[in-house]
Amino acid sequence: MKAAIDLKDVAFTWQGRTQFTLTVPNLEVAEGEKLFLLGQSGSGKSTLLSLICGITQPQRGAVVVDGVNLGTLRPSARDRLRAERIGVIFQMFNLLPYASPLENILLQLSFAPERRKRLGNAQDEALRLTAALGLDDQLVLHAQTTELSIGQQQRVAAARALIGRPKLIVADEPTSSLDANSQAAFLDLLMQQAEEAGATLLMVSHDARLAASFDRTLDLAEIATTKRHTS
Amino acid sequence: MILLRLALKSLLSRMVTVSLTIFAIALSVALFLGVEKLRTGAKASFADTISGTDLIVGARSGGVQLLLYSVFRVGNATNNVTWQSYQDIANRPEVNWSVPLSLGDSHRGFRVLGTTPEFFERYKYRGGRSVDFADGAAFADLFDAVVGADVAAKLDYQLGDSIVVSHGVASFTEHDDKPFRISGVLEKTGTPVDRTVFVSLEAIEAIHIDWQGGGRSQNTISAEDVRAMTLTPKAVTAAMIGTNTRLQIFRLQRWINDYAQEPLLAILPGVALSELWSLIGVAETALIAVSVMVVITALLGMAAMIFAGLNERRREMALLRAIGARPWTILLLLTTEAALMSLTAVALGMGLLYTGLWLARARIDAAFGLYIEITPPSPREWLVLCCVIFAGILVSLLPAVRAYFLSLADGMQVKH
Repeated sequence: MKAAIDLKDVAFTWQGRTQFTLTVPNLEVAEGEKLFLLGQSGSGKSTLLSLICGITQPQRGAVVVDGVNLGTLRPSARDRLRAERIGVIFQMFNLLPYASPLENILLQLSFAPERRKRLGNAQDEALRLTAALGLDDQLVLHAQTTELSIGQQQRVAAARALIGRPKLIVADEPTSSLDANSQAAFLDLLMQQAEEAGATLLMVSHDARLAASFDRTLDLAEIATTKRHTS
Repeated sequence: MILLRLALKSLLSRMVTVSLTIFAIALSVALFLGVEKLRTGAKASFADTISGTDLIVGARSGGVQLLLYSVFRVGNATNNVTWQSYQDIANRPEVNWSVPLSLGDSHRGFRVLGTTPEFFERYKYRGGRSVDFADGAAFADLFDAVVGADVAAKLDYQLGDSIVVSHGVASFTEHDDKPFRISGVLEKTGTPVDRTVFVSLEAIEAIHIDWQGGGRSQNTISAEDVRAMTLTPKAVTAAMIGTNTRLQIFRLQRWINDYAQEPLLAILPGVALSELWSLIGVAETALIAVSVMVVITALLGMAAMIFAGLNERRREMALLRAIGARPWTILLLLTTEAALMSLTAVALGMGLLYTGLWLARARIDAAFGLYIEITPPSPREWLVLCCVIFAGILVSLLPAVRAYFLSLADGMQVKH
């Protein structure tokens, strides 16, 4: 079985006022797996996600996503691969404030023509997803994005990540802005939809209580080492 | 296409700053085009100061000088043309008509021109328009005077008013023994005609008949007695000539310039006018330069506005990157926004200009005699408008390139 994510001997150094190095000797995520990565802030989780999404390139080692070694691709091809095969959800600021919720969802497809091709009517699919995630059609179609509550915004973001059935969903603290009750509800819906779409789910959070429903849990501190030194 | 919609939505969400920026550019564009219209209008008005006259003849001096004193009533003639020479020219077979001009006196700051009533038929401006009478008619009596529109307006003259001509251009000696009666007031033309007092050639002779060497002689002749005398002038200052066919103009010009009895000069008014305009051309260039700078300032204002918005839009750009946008797309988004703003500004600027022109045209014509035609933008103006849009895109590249590098550095998430 092909791995959804495969990192081998990866080292990335960020050059700034302080030097920061992240090394990941080995990380493998199976296709369809739901993996929970436990990481405190500053543990290098954002850097790790950037590497997996092909936004940043490691100085050493190989990052393979859905069978493609990102290091062999040109930057534009990496951007295209991210658009086509990965759906991303952040902790906050997931949506363009000036576009409607529906437009925000459909925007993903304009960068990913293959995902669009998989769908008949893109708007119907967007509404099906938002309905499944517990959002009212009227809200998605007519509300201003800025009027939505944070919980509603996260659901719209999840619909955007899921639309067109990407291979991988990357979620970076997607529930941290939500209250405890909505956290579980949101997570359930997200996992359900990811499963339905046949997507691999990689979620990073500092909150260990959320790990229960995942297939596997890894502590970032165990799979990766970070080094900071002021130069 | 999606980029265009995103750019549009993003601009609409920042309505206030965006519309102020657009308005600034629109104003600068309207100013630029307005200056351009005024300039071409002024140039055309200037070139149209006199038309229909084939040659202007005067004593030999410079062409521009002759034009200045005979048409614009600026400066003085160095010499006169004797009546004999004038008759010789007027009787040439090439000559269809001739109007003598006699200058030298003034009335309260306005020049007095002695001529024949034919002047009002022959003097044409703005491509063949004739001088019309607002009131009254040309001189019938010896002591009749016709005043231009500015003279009448400034000195509040009505038909029938009595005026006195001063001797020379700036003197306190007045021909007060022979007052004139205003027989006609002319319509506004926007030419030096407006600032002229017209009397007959004979009247010029009549008021100077008892003068000798710049002073009044002992034996004064009354206004009544002078009517009985022969009032053929001894000399004129210049003359306007019309030939039978255009082909004869140059032959006649050569004949006059080679006239042996007296050194004379014949000029083509159009040629002298364009020579004169080239002297004024410096001001024209300065006007253009100023309005170009205003446009540049407005465009830099737009660049500054985009720059200022950049920091708060870093999250937006990071988000776009995360869902698959290339850094190029970010750059393109910002330049598309600038292009949209410039385009709107140019359209708005044109709207402002044409509305302004339409509203102010009649007033400008009445006040300055400057006739501005409302025409669609010339190819040159279209080019300028395209340049404004292009320059708008160009200056937006500064913040756009910065956004490009910011989005490369920020990646998917803005750290701070």
